[in-house]
Amino acid sequence: MTTERKIRLTVNGKAYESLVPVRMTLVDFLRGELDLTGTHVGCEHGVCGACTILVDGSAMRSCLMLAVQADGANLMTVEGLAEGPELHPLQRAFQRNHALQCGFCTPGLLMTAYEFLRDTSSPTEEQVREGISGNICRCTGYAPIVQAILDVSQEAG
Amino acid sequence: MVANIVLSEVEYTHIGKRPVRPDGVDKVIGRAQYGPDITLKGLLHGKVLRSPYAHARIKSIDTSQAEAYPGVRAVITAQDLPFASLSKEELGAGYQALKFASDHVLAGGKVLFKGHPVAAVAAANPHVAEEAAKLIKVEYEELPPVMSVVEAMAEGATLLHDDLYTSSLGETSQTASNVAAHARYEKGDVAQGFDEAAVVVEREFQTASVHQGYIEPHNGTAFWSADGQLDVWCSTQGAFTVRSSLANVLRHPVSKIKVTPMEMGGGFGGKISIYLEPLAALLSKKSGQPVKLVMNRVEVFEASGPASGSWMKVKMGATTDGKLTACQAELALDAGAYPGSPAMSAAMCAFACYDYPNGLLDAYDVVVNKPKTQAYRAPGSPQAAYAVESVVDELCEKLGIDPVEFRLRNASKEGTRRIEGPVYRRIGLVECLEAARSHDHYQTAVDFQPNGKLRGRGVASGFWFNRGFVSSCNLTVNPDGTVSVVMGSVDLCGTRASIAQQTAEALGIAYEDIKPSIADTDSIGYTFITGGSRTTFATGLATINASQDIKQRMVERAAAIWEAPVEDVEYVDGVIQHKSDSELRMTFKELAGRTLTTGGSITAQCNIDPPGEGNSFAVHVVDVEVDQDTGKVDILRYTAIQDCGKAVHPSYVEGQMQGGAAQGIGWALNEEYFFNGQGQMTNSSFLDYRMPISLDLPMIDTVIVEVANPGHPYGVRGVGETPIVPPLAAIANAVYQATGVRMQSLPITPGKVLDALWSQNGS
Repeated sequence: MTTERKIRLTVNGKAYESLVPVRMTLVDFLRGELDLTGTHVGCEHGVCGACTILVDGSAMRSCLMLAVQADGANLMTVEGLAEGPELHPLQRAFQRNHALQCGFCTPGLLMTAYEFLRDTSSPTEEQVREGISGNICRCTGYAPIVQAILDVSQEAG
Repeated sequence: MVANIVLSEVEYTHIGKRPVRPDGVDKVIGRAQYGPDITLKGLLHGKVLRSPYAHARIKSIDTSQAEAYPGVRAVITAQDLPFASLSKEELGAGYQALKFASDHVLAGGKVLFKGHPVAAVAAANPHVAEEAAKLIKVEYEELPPVMSVVEAMAEGATLLHDDLYTSSLGETSQTASNVAAHARYEKGDVAQGFDEAAVVVEREFQTASVHQGYIEPHNGTAFWSADGQLDVWCSTQGAFTVRSSLANVLRHPVSKIKVTPMEMGGGFGGKISIYLEPLAALLSKKSGQPVKLVMNRVEVFEASGPASGSWMKVKMGATTDGKLTACQAELALDAGAYPGSPAMSAAMCAFACYDYPNGLLDAYDVVVNKPKTQAYRAPGSPQAAYAVESVVDELCEKLGIDPVEFRLRNASKEGTRRIEGPVYRRIGLVECLEAARSHDHYQTAVDFQPNGKLRGRGVASGFWFNRGFVSSCNLTVNPDGTVSVVMGSVDLCGTRASIAQQTAEALGIAYEDIKPSIADTDSIGYTFITGGSRTTFATGLATINASQDIKQRMVERAAAIWEAPVEDVEYVDGVIQHKSDSELRMTFKELAGRTLTTGGSITAQCNIDPPGEGNSFAVHVVDVEVDQDTGKVDILRYTAIQDCGKAVHPSYVEGQMQGGAAQGIGWALNEEYFFNGQGQMTNSSFLDYRMPISLDLPMIDTVIVEVANPGHPYGVRGVGETPIVPPLAAIANAVYQATGVRMQSLPITPGKVLDALWSQNGS
């Protein structure tokens, strides 16, 4: 039985080649092997959304994927949102709207919102709520998060 | 669009503004280092073996196979903990019998809840540790689990501890009991009070165990050096609490323990107790390498602190013109496996919103076979308010008095004495009730039956103490004119910002020139937990006091430079100037730039245990819609009104009010621990333990009522606890108005609503 396998993938524009245990989850690979600890682990069963990243452009739960399943994929994590010192409009809107308290769910929400706004122009409040309904925030009651996402869509629109 | 109203009395330069938080960038770019993010050279990973039973005697533990497993570096059991007696020790957040604290960390003779740690393994990676943990053989003798306070208090109940005696009104019981403590608070004569009442309502209530639900799981990393130095990194609300708990449980000197608090992904009271830290320490001691442990979600639910389940009976009487004549309550809150439920604080909060002549409260701290309960935002107060505010609502209905009007007629105010003794100083309950009454939400009538669905409105009030406790901070003037503020208070949700704002205000310099940071336990004076709505108040006072010292030292330095008498120099709005010679004048930055060549750095520190707590009251108004076919309750509109004193950063105050209300909504409608007949939790995942998501909540409107706390120079009271107190009753009252059914047990699930509607219809 093979217990390790070589994978090649791109994360935030950078190419990696790595020998990984086949049972290693993608989130453990990102955090432990690539030191990208901005992606957080909240529940390990795909419900809280804290580990959300983009896999070939789609928001996915990195706790529900194995690292070997990402072989050949192009990934984007929260560390890839900002361009150098220039924050992404979503990051600025989260700051401006005080849309985080403890900040633990924030990376996952940013990645979910990134995909959502890319695919939905001028969303209503209800659409934003639907769009982030797979991410749990225990601190805020969601109001400032919804507002931040609406802000960005209005800036863009 | 959310409507946030701030009712201000005084304006300041920095206080009351909404700047971006100092740690904001790190938290949106993924650079903030939370507890599980730490890595160290030679780091091992641990796994805890936990009890599958809610109540059992441990007959034997055989770790030999785990120890022999390739890759395993250490295995520990309760044998590795030092002897712990029943003596009570200060473990940071109150006194606790050391034996109980020690047994909680690793079970000794008995396991007392499913998930109770029995052994732990450290290995090269988490998978090996998990495999090895499964090889540990534990022989149990199963015992019947005791799952509710009612069962636990019954005559002849199975005992969890044969060495736990009831401490009741200064006496200790002769025989062992599941009741750890009974307290009574009394004033006047309740029997006479009920005789004088025109209307008396008495009802019983029950609430289920609920979890704080922080998204970041518990974690702990430790390195025990050969010289006995123990370094610990963890997510905690109080690094000093972790240090004193570890010192007691490990019998290791405080001077040899350094705790570094990492960024924390939510606590709400649940990250005060130690869980993994002592296990990581013992595994590190045995292996000689650093060890990290992180819980998974099942472990968080099953083995970290939920809030108490409860049984309560409340009786209240009032005259025809709506004046309370007597208030009586029995409150039994479960503590989980070891004593320490917030029953006493529940009793103190129960009738705190009311001024009444006769009262009697009995509170019981009861052990059951559930995980040991921990604080959860205003511990004890939400349960008590659920019962009391439901009964108040019924009194209002029977008397035909508007619920806000009734509360105004009986509201606590300055000079009212709480039943346990303290007399209120200036408080803002009346102002909150008046703000509720005049709010657009309350002024807009409920449309009771649109589309055949049932709608109703509920109102409830709530209280929390906001006591100060000990805080420390160190201020240093940097050569570039900025000021470093080093504090012992962990930042849960904006502490850096609120402390920086108060420092900037006190010094009269820019907010951006304040650099707040959080220190480890070797680098700052003792600081109590961030919790209980104390930090903005108490640590704020510490930085304000230290700022006064900084100003004095800046004046002294300028006087020395100018060779002028100190009394001729003054500090005005960030400028140091000679009182009569206008030539002699330096800005804060200019003088800061000269400090290193004119006598060295200027620093100041403050350690404080401030009196002058500013009690905080809230009034919530909620509209609900009940689906008669499914029993589902939807929140249509929600308004949270609270006297927080001066809001230092209104956005974070509103965030606390919305977040607390959201947790209260979850507590009222969805959240509960389900236990099977064997006392095993059967919904230990976020899928089955249903916390509010974005679709469950409306934009929660807020009104900040700023009645200044006379015990703080800017009038700060604190905010975080009180907003979770009113929602439980407010929603139950709204469901009553919609359906005509009093919901006497939480959560108000669709099943319970349907049952109630069907029995109401006789079908």
